[in-house]
Amino acid sequence: MLRRRLNRLFGGDERRVESRTINVGHRSGSPNEAIIPPKFCDNRIVSSKYTVWNFLPKNLFEQFRRIANFYFLIIFLVQVIVDTPTSPVTSGLPLFFVITVTAIKQGYEDWLRHKADNEVNKYPVTVLEDGRRIRKESEKIKVGDVVEVEEDETFPCDLILLQSSRDDDTCFVTTASLDGESNHKTHYTVPDTERNLESLNATIECEEPQPDLYKFVGRMHIYTNNQEPAVRSLGPENLLLKGATLKNTQKIYGVAVYSGMETKMALNYQGKSQKRSAVEKSINAFLLVYLCILVSKALVCTTLKYVWQSKPGQDEPWYNEKTQKEKDTNLYLKMFTDFLSFMVLFNFIIPVSMYVTVEMQKFLGSFFITWDKDFFDPEIKEGALVNTSDLNEELGQVEYVFTDKTGTLTQNNMEFIECCIDGFQYKYQDARSELDGFCVTDGPVNKLQQKAGREREELFLRALCLCHTVQVKESPEQAQDQVDGLTDQVDDLEVDGEVPYPSQEQRSFIASSPDEVALVKGAMRYGFTFLGLESKSMKILNRNNGVEMYELLHVLNFDPVRRRMSVIVRSKSGDTLLFCKGADSSIFPRVRQEEVERIRMHVERNATEGYRTLCVAYKCLSAEEYAQADEGLREARLALQNREEKLMAVYNQVETGMSLIGATAVEDRLQEEAAETMEALQGAGMKVWVLTGDKMETAKSTCYACRLFQRNTELLELTVRTLEDGGRRREERLHDLLNEYHKKAVQDAPPAKAGVTRSWSSANQDYGFIIDGATLSMVLNSSSESNSSRYKNLFLQICQNCTAVLCCRMAPLQKAQIVKMVKNSKGSPITLSIGDGANDVSMILEAHVGIGIKGKEGRQAVRNSDYAIPKLKHLKKLLLAHGHLYYVRIAHLVQYFFYKNLCFILPQFLYQFFCGYSQQPLYDAAYLTMYNICFTSMPILAYSLLEQHICIEVLLDNATLYREIAKNATLRWRPFLYWTLLGVFHGLLFFFGVRYLFSNPALQDNGQVFGNWSYGTIVFTVLVFTVTLKLALDTRHWTWINHFVIWGSLAFYVFFSFFWGGIIWPFLSQQRLYFVFANMLSSVSAWLVIILLILLSLLPEILLVVFRKPRGPNARQKELVQSSVGGHQSPRSSARPLLMRTFSDESNTVI
Amino acid sequence: MMASSYNAKEEDGHHSGAPAHGGAAAAAAKSKKPDNTAFKQQRLPAWQPILTAGTVLPAFFVIGLIFIPIGIGLFVTSNNIREFEIDYTGVDVDSPCYSCARNFSWNNTAPCLCSVDFTLEQPFESNVFMYYGLSNFYQNHRRYVKSRDDSQLYGDRSALTNPSKECEPYRMSDGQAIAPCGAIANSLFNDTLELYHIDSNGTRNTIPLVKKGIAWWTDKHVKFRNPGGNNNLTAAFRGTSKPVNWRKPVYDLDPSDPDNNGFINEDFIVWMRTAALPTFRKLYRIIQKKAVTTPTLPSGRYVLNISYNYPVLSFDGRKRMILSTISWMGGKNPFLGIAYITVGSICFFLGVVLLIIHHKYDTRNNSADIPN
Repeated sequence: MLRRRLNRLFGGDERRVESRTINVGHRSGSPNEAIIPPKFCDNRIVSSKYTVWNFLPKNLFEQFRRIANFYFLIIFLVQVIVDTPTSPVTSGLPLFFVITVTAIKQGYEDWLRHKADNEVNKYPVTVLEDGRRIRKESEKIKVGDVVEVEEDETFPCDLILLQSSRDDDTCFVTTASLDGESNHKTHYTVPDTERNLESLNATIECEEPQPDLYKFVGRMHIYTNNQEPAVRSLGPENLLLKGATLKNTQKIYGVAVYSGMETKMALNYQGKSQKRSAVEKSINAFLLVYLCILVSKALVCTTLKYVWQSKPGQDEPWYNEKTQKEKDTNLYLKMFTDFLSFMVLFNFIIPVSMYVTVEMQKFLGSFFITWDKDFFDPEIKEGALVNTSDLNEELGQVEYVFTDKTGTLTQNNMEFIECCIDGFQYKYQDARSELDGFCVTDGPVNKLQQKAGREREELFLRALCLCHTVQVKESPEQAQDQVDGLTDQVDDLEVDGEVPYPSQEQRSFIASSPDEVALVKGAMRYGFTFLGLESKSMKILNRNNGVEMYELLHVLNFDPVRRRMSVIVRSKSGDTLLFCKGADSSIFPRVRQEEVERIRMHVERNATEGYRTLCVAYKCLSAEEYAQADEGLREARLALQNREEKLMAVYNQVETGMSLIGATAVEDRLQEEAAETMEALQGAGMKVWVLTGDKMETAKSTCYACRLFQRNTELLELTVRTLEDGGRRREERLHDLLNEYHKKAVQDAPPAKAGVTRSWSSANQDYGFIIDGATLSMVLNSSSESNSSRYKNLFLQICQNCTAVLCCRMAPLQKAQIVKMVKNSKGSPITLSIGDGANDVSMILEAHVGIGIKGKEGRQAVRNSDYAIPKLKHLKKLLLAHGHLYYVRIAHLVQYFFYKNLCFILPQFLYQFFCGYSQQPLYDAAYLTMYNICFTSMPILAYSLLEQHICIEVLLDNATLYREIAKNATLRWRPFLYWTLLGVFHGLLFFFGVRYLFSNPALQDNGQVFGNWSYGTIVFTVLVFTVTLKLALDTRHWTWINHFVIWGSLAFYVFFSFFWGGIIWPFLSQQRLYFVFANMLSSVSAWLVIILLILLSLLPEILLVVFRKPRGPNARQKELVQSSVGGHQSPRSSARPLLMRTFSDESNTVI
Repeated sequence: MMASSYNAKEEDGHHSGAPAHGGAAAAAAKSKKPDNTAFKQQRLPAWQPILTAGTVLPAFFVIGLIFIPIGIGLFVTSNNIREFEIDYTGVDVDSPCYSCARNFSWNNTAPCLCSVDFTLEQPFESNVFMYYGLSNFYQNHRRYVKSRDDSQLYGDRSALTNPSKECEPYRMSDGQAIAPCGAIANSLFNDTLELYHIDSNGTRNTIPLVKKGIAWWTDKHVKFRNPGGNNNLTAAFRGTSKPVNWRKPVYDLDPSDPDNNGFINEDFIVWMRTAALPTFRKLYRIIQKKAVTTPTLPSGRYVLNISYNYPVLSFDGRKRMILSTISWMGGKNPFLGIAYITVGSICFFLGVVLLIIHHKYDTRNNSADIPN
């Protein structure tokens, strides 16, 4: 039922599909028509990207399409071609490493895909060919083959069901692997096909493959000897999808219509669009800055080189002559290669390893979410799920939270609360069994203890029993293995005095929407039990324990536009009845108005109490009416094109002139800690928008219950009702209201950043905004262009100044529209959508971060989400703790990487001024290569995985801490400038410190002198120690891992230097560092200068830390204590009745 | 130095998400339930240092108190080092080496001699180290630095006759491989310096200059090796040619000491360690202390005899002779001492400032944090 809503999503871009014709069993349709076997693709599923042969070139091409990799490749090539200061190895090795690791990872993933593909493609299937059963590999199936599938097998391609071993020409399938819904779905054979498939002579005409799982239109022409071909319509109920599994049915035969990559499953497995995080955008911006620094450094050096060389005797003194080749080179070419050489020399400022480290941080970091046992839900026995690790840090940047109501804020665990029949209120109370468990409570009307007529009661209950698409789960053994959110064991049946059917204790219902189960169970309490659907007739056990049979003629399915569903049944007595249930707004206009008033009151009261209400209506169809409707429905179902619209038209035509019987109220409990979670999110500066398809009153009360609206919140309503108040044209009224609200919420609001900080104590007026779907579409699609954009602007501004916004009566697409509008508004705030159902998929995909709740409405939301959590309450920790930490970690990682490479390269740049701009590297090639790979990479990786600058408990207790990092706080230009200046300061210090030391290079106590490699090594030693210790200073959370990697890398550096300098390496052409490090350590001056420079570099850092938080170590703890004093009001039960919670708890909130 | 709160987070039970299930349910749950390990739950025991004024303050004082004495020590040591420097390039007309510098030609077979007089005001105690200094000489130019073949210098026979391409254009001469090849070797500093003390009666006493121990031990004994051992160098170097600017072949560099010839000649090794900056000094000779009582170089008049072979005027360079004593910190360099004193004082000053700030604003809660 809900999944049909998804159809709407795809409806937008529905393309005009051509049709294809398939000969069943490859037998020509009509005898006089020659067979032109149409070409369809084979049944091979190819999800793998590479083959053995094209892996290398294709993978390399893919990898070098990334701009960073390409840049490094260019640098490498320049090094190979041009005579450059550093050997190509220095940049080739890291690049090679990165490329190889990525290639291995992708190759492995592709190998897994190949394996999976093979498993599917080589799966043996049975195909009927000329009456014989032939075993084939699945990939050999051609379109038109008749395929046999046995129980518990998956369908090898998309099949039209021709024949089933079940008597009622149905079969059951589960689509668990497609959309996660594990309930059994009934599919039907094409009516009136011959039992003998060998002699079946038919063609199928159907649309070309399209990805919508729930949409299929086709027609089957059955040719019998020389007769006019019979035509049967084919719909999704005839189509068995590849990937689904046959259940409860021994075997079926079906004809393949779509195969291989054209199956709906394959079409659906096209990747989601990649989401990029804000941090990545910052990285790219910083990268540009550094690229500019790099180019300008190279330019400066090249220019100065030629200025310097113009002085006589400098360019080519007698001791340093050029080779003949160098002399012959063209001046401009030389300038260019010089420029390239400088680029190569300084290219380490943009390190390859940063990408590797960032990727690794994201990948490894995401494990902490899946590992978190706080996210483990004992009910569904699952923890959180991470579908993408690219967005971890985005969780710390969320400004807008769009949440679904049903199943997200509420549990979607429906309970039948009460009903109203003809204006009389009935409330079920457990222990009492007065009058068949049916009792009347005091309604608001003065009809106390009165009841509607028994006839009406029974009609109402029959309607509840009949008007649904619930299935009864058949065998209890089978039911055990599939734990399904939709099953509800009805074990506390206390239908007194009645002996139910033997299996009734085990009876469980399966439906795609929990409302339906709740209603059927509700009816059961009152004595009407739905026993199941058997060969098109529904069986009901009535109050008198008699079985009633109704022939099910038509089901007019639910869809979110009509917001109602109907069934047409024929009773034993021959009456044709139409039962309809649906939202009040969609039922009321279709029933006699005098009946409405009696019930409207109940419905509205129930809605304000937060219940979900449905109205039930019925109508008796006369024979002519039915015949007309029947014909219309059949016709519409046969249509190949615009079937949906045609069906809709018929539905609307049939569902008129009904009479209202009553209404039901179903309670949807709030999720655990929903209110606390919402409060925390708002405290963290996020704005929560509730987007729901539910009606306003219900949604509003949920908002109150979740404390999104407070008692002192002034509500600004922009709904159909408020628009109609004025009695003027809606458009004008809309205009006026928008202006009025804008004045109120935006212009009169204090200019302070009221949007970000919601102050609890101050007298600031909080505003809540309510809008419904119809009005929203008026705002968004206003008649005139100019108005439209203006309204949109006003609307957005109002919304942004409200603490909470409620959008009710939303269609799924509208949800996505709203998310998109906010996402693209000024300042492009980071949005997060959270939802659990198929109707939320659009907004989950649209938002920056999409979160799925592993709820009861199938798994579509989870599949399309970036992160999936079992419960709403987990959102708090996910954002406030994980998101915050991830953001801080990766921001620090990025800044630190740029910093450490700036102070790495700056001395090398400065050295050019002292070596005649000759591109002489300051450091040895080994140091250049290893700096980013070995010496300084592990500490920052460990930091970026383990750092908790504020511990998790404090983060969870003080939601306001989240605001400290809002708006990309640590990756803005100011902190970037700070880090850059720090890098420049350190670079200058390292270089000139050692430069002044080397004004007398006799640094040993035996009078021997140091050369240029010693100079570089001293600078490098200071550098490695300083950047590592700088990180150590920033580390607030020292686990043994941090200790290990920080001290380990320093030790490794020392060990490596000794080792590298201790051996005459046969493969090196120059033994530059031979014993340089050891000699350096034998010099006291070198020691002294190293210590001095490290200390001096870190001094400002230490000072800054001290001055930034001058309040001492107790400050944080004190904050903690204060907050916990204020925060301990939180453990409130959300199990209390909604209304009480709504109004009594509010007073506590404002302290 | 830092106050720290050791926060060992226990693996406490009160966070456990799921209550225990019985039987099969628990087993099923276990497979998917995340492990409750400290690492996976991000609750590894951690040391959480917090830098505050209170904790940093003593550190500043300690640093100040350590650095200032070290600095003073360094400064005094540096000041006690005797250093004498004389520029003998011969730029000025009245300088003794003017004519040698002007009339320099590579074709001169006879060395041009000149001598410079100078006076040491103070005696040089202990060992005195004699350096030559060059200015505006880019030994760190990339083309120059790479113009060598270390495997040739390591005694590799194939590299001897077929040196690396890096040596170009000092690789081959007249069809024969140059040994040692490359620009560095080719431009070996070849002035000869002799030092005489003129005592009170005007006689010139030769001061003995020791040429051993001027190169790094590892360079002399490992990195540089003659092809085929140290005996019969002439034969070993047969088939190679001397560097174009050299007057004598590499196996004849030191006629006085056969163990100081070929690639293991210490002057050569010293030269081959390229300097870091365009103005540099290199160790030339050591004047060893003779007796405990007399200074190595008493104050008085000295004469420096130079055989002027090394042209520097073409690139506007300068040549110097430096006499210096050495301390434990190396040669004379006031930089370290001054830097240490400065940093120490800054730390001390900051300590004082922080103390004031600390006491002014934070006496209420944090006084306990300052250890006295």
